[in-house]
Amino acid sequence: MSEDTAAVAAQKRERSPAVRQSGASGLLGSAAGRNAGLVVALVLLCIGGVVTAGDRFADVDNLLTILRLAAVIGVVSVGMTFVITGGGIDLSVGAIVALSSVWATTLATQGIANNTHWIVIVFTALVVGGACGLVNGVLIAYGRVVAFIATLASLAAARGLAEIISNRKTQIVNVPGFAAFFDASVLGVPVLVVIFALVAAGGWVLLNRTTFGRRTFAVGGNPEAARLAGIDVRRHTVWLYTLLGLCCGLAAVMLVARTTTGSATHGGLYELDAIAAVVIGGTLLTGGRGTIAGTVFGVLIFTTLSNVFTLNNLSISAQAVAKGAIIVVAVLLQQRLARRT
Amino acid sequence: MTAAALLSVRGLVKRFPGVTALQGVDFEVRAGEVHCLLGQNGAGKSTLIKVLSGAHRPDEGEISWRGEVVSFGNPTAAMRSGVAAIYQELDLVAGLSVADNVFLGHELSTAGFTRRAQQRRRTRALLDRLGHPDIAPDRDVGRLSVAHQQVVSMARALSLDGQLLIMDEPSAVLDPDEVRVLFGIIRELTAQGVAVVYISHRLAEIREIGDRVTVLKDGRTVATGLSARETKTSELIGLMTGRVLNNVFPQRKPVDPAAPEVLVVRGLADGDRFAGVDLTVHAGEVVGLAGLVGSGRSEILETVYGARKAAEGTVEVDGRKLRRGSVGAAVRAGLGLCPEERKSQGLLLDQAVYRNITVSSMSSFARFGFLDDRAERARSTKLTETLDVRPAGVDRVVRGLSGGNQQKVVLARWLLRECRVLLLDEPTRGVDVGARSEIYELIRELADSGVAVVVVSSDVEEVLGLSDRVLVVREGRVVHDGPADEIDESRVLDLVMEGHAA
Repeated sequence: MSEDTAAVAAQKRERSPAVRQSGASGLLGSAAGRNAGLVVALVLLCIGGVVTAGDRFADVDNLLTILRLAAVIGVVSVGMTFVITGGGIDLSVGAIVALSSVWATTLATQGIANNTHWIVIVFTALVVGGACGLVNGVLIAYGRVVAFIATLASLAAARGLAEIISNRKTQIVNVPGFAAFFDASVLGVPVLVVIFALVAAGGWVLLNRTTFGRRTFAVGGNPEAARLAGIDVRRHTVWLYTLLGLCCGLAAVMLVARTTTGSATHGGLYELDAIAAVVIGGTLLTGGRGTIAGTVFGVLIFTTLSNVFTLNNLSISAQAVAKGAIIVVAVLLQQRLARRT
Repeated sequence: MTAAALLSVRGLVKRFPGVTALQGVDFEVRAGEVHCLLGQNGAGKSTLIKVLSGAHRPDEGEISWRGEVVSFGNPTAAMRSGVAAIYQELDLVAGLSVADNVFLGHELSTAGFTRRAQQRRRTRALLDRLGHPDIAPDRDVGRLSVAHQQVVSMARALSLDGQLLIMDEPSAVLDPDEVRVLFGIIRELTAQGVAVVYISHRLAEIREIGDRVTVLKDGRTVATGLSARETKTSELIGLMTGRVLNNVFPQRKPVDPAAPEVLVVRGLADGDRFAGVDLTVHAGEVVGLAGLVGSGRSEILETVYGARKAAEGTVEVDGRKLRRGSVGAAVRAGLGLCPEERKSQGLLLDQAVYRNITVSSMSSFARFGFLDDRAERARSTKLTETLDVRPAGVDRVVRGLSGGNQQKVVLARWLLRECRVLLLDEPTRGVDVGARSEIYELIRELADSGVAVVVVSSDVEEVLGLSDRVLVVREGRVVHDGPADEIDESRVLDLVMEGHAA
């Protein structure tokens, strides 16, 4: 039992610090190194973009478009990083985005917003998203339904509900102030991108600097040990899904602002995009290890890829194939590195 | 004793990135002998087994099997040659039948179709040979007891005409009577000419079952071919540790009769495994729970801790009643548990030492939810130095530490919390002799500082040596409660086994 530790004895003799390693394998194995790999991938993609599309790619407006597109799925992915690090999974994020977007843009909601303030729309979306996450969390933690199944059920139910509420029609947003606020820029940076940056920074701090983050790692790494150490694993699980639900609500607001519509078809396949971004970023699908920076790079890589393909008039189908290939290569590389360290 | 060597190993070296796990292992095993491998955690025993059974390839040195130099590419190749290992974490597939497990990887088949009847027949014969006609080849392995699973593992090892069985701490998961049955099987196998390489931390077992002993230290053979029965204990321990140990158990101090009752358990029952348990522990007292695996002793401990919900009864700490079924409430009231399965229940294996230590005291390092990493590391470093956790370094991942050092990390967690009651379930399972006495001393020091300690152990000697008072648990009931120095090992065993003994 206790003896995969021949290593330890030998290290003791050599008096070499075990954690710090030198050389390429050490660099690639460290957190910074893993991100370095992602940076290299992103840079290669950008070079590809410049070579194939030239100025059309390396244009400020184009780059801001990439970031604006990345912002919505990015906010969802940051929330997803928490759930996956905590040992869970959520397949219902796209459906929650759709439901939140629809609920926040009904005639009734818009009416109230027109009479009071556009913030009502934001508030509604957050409440709907948070409530959906809460339901997921309670089902999983206290109802003991496997996360995969519970959120699969939510996926179906939330999108269905969105269709009922919207009557399958696209709801145009017509609230003064709302569009103006989210279309604005801060020092040349679109508000959507600023929101994404704030969520990512906040997520990083929450995951790496707080008791909440530490508990997330513990719960994902070994739920039984976490429970016996005195952590309320079930309550924490509920918080994780609620947090992701809130992120979906916020993403819905951003999507509504970008498209000026609410629709039951919003957020299609977001669950797959978010999970893919989280996983290629280096977060362990089995829980216990997660990185927000990696997730951000994962999102940027996928969004840039789409942009480069679109600029070259390549089909959505070709993009999907390339995405699949990237996921496989990233996971294979990670496994190699994990074995080496 | 003149039999030719069945297996001989010369100059074996195995390197892993950054470390050399084996650096010169020599020993030989004769047909029909029980050859014991002794060594502390980290001495290289596990790596050696993996090399011998084909799971790892050696970097240097040679292995001769029946006089020929061999190189087993994988465990199946080794098994086909007659060398099979039985690991402590048994490698059986729950959900498959006994017969399917025995022939897993080398199914008897015709054109891709398994010959199930023949597999069943052969399994039946193997189980009979191992003295277990009571195990049905059709049963789901997952539903067998651990002892029976071990028998199935042995049947699997013998299914390809095994000539050498390597057993890694087989007794660690067994009760005393199950160990006796195991020894009976081993004796029968060796009488048939099968050789057994036997690994155990328990010297008494090695004396009973072993023929010769090889001692490993730091990946090297330091002595080989010693007589298992005649070599002195002090010599063996000296070889393993490089130092001499005498009295393993620390001196008890008489418990102050006026010491307050810290933990009071009354009429505790879980409605299933145990009932009517009363237990009082004073400050500074160590109370031992002796009993068989499955007697309910671990369940009692977990229920006191709130990890299992009590059906009846109360648990009080310092006079305050605990909420039932809430670990959080127990921890806040000052309870701490070192669980039986250290790896699966006690530790966050892939996280740093300091995070494992501070996990139960996070709020004391946090301000508005923000953690003070530096303070965490500083406090953890101090604790690991006090407990002599080796190798040092609180940023190390816990997985890489030996069993004894992992146990110290779990202990450090509760030291940090300054808990009032410490519950220890099998505190020295998988812990080598040297670290074991350090842990005993630590437990005694804790008690002397006023902590109330409850120890559960299968090792009767440990319960008696460590405790001030001993409770014997049989079939979910406390059948004896008295001072440790008024009862001896054979009396405890009598109480434990009553109604069990054949």
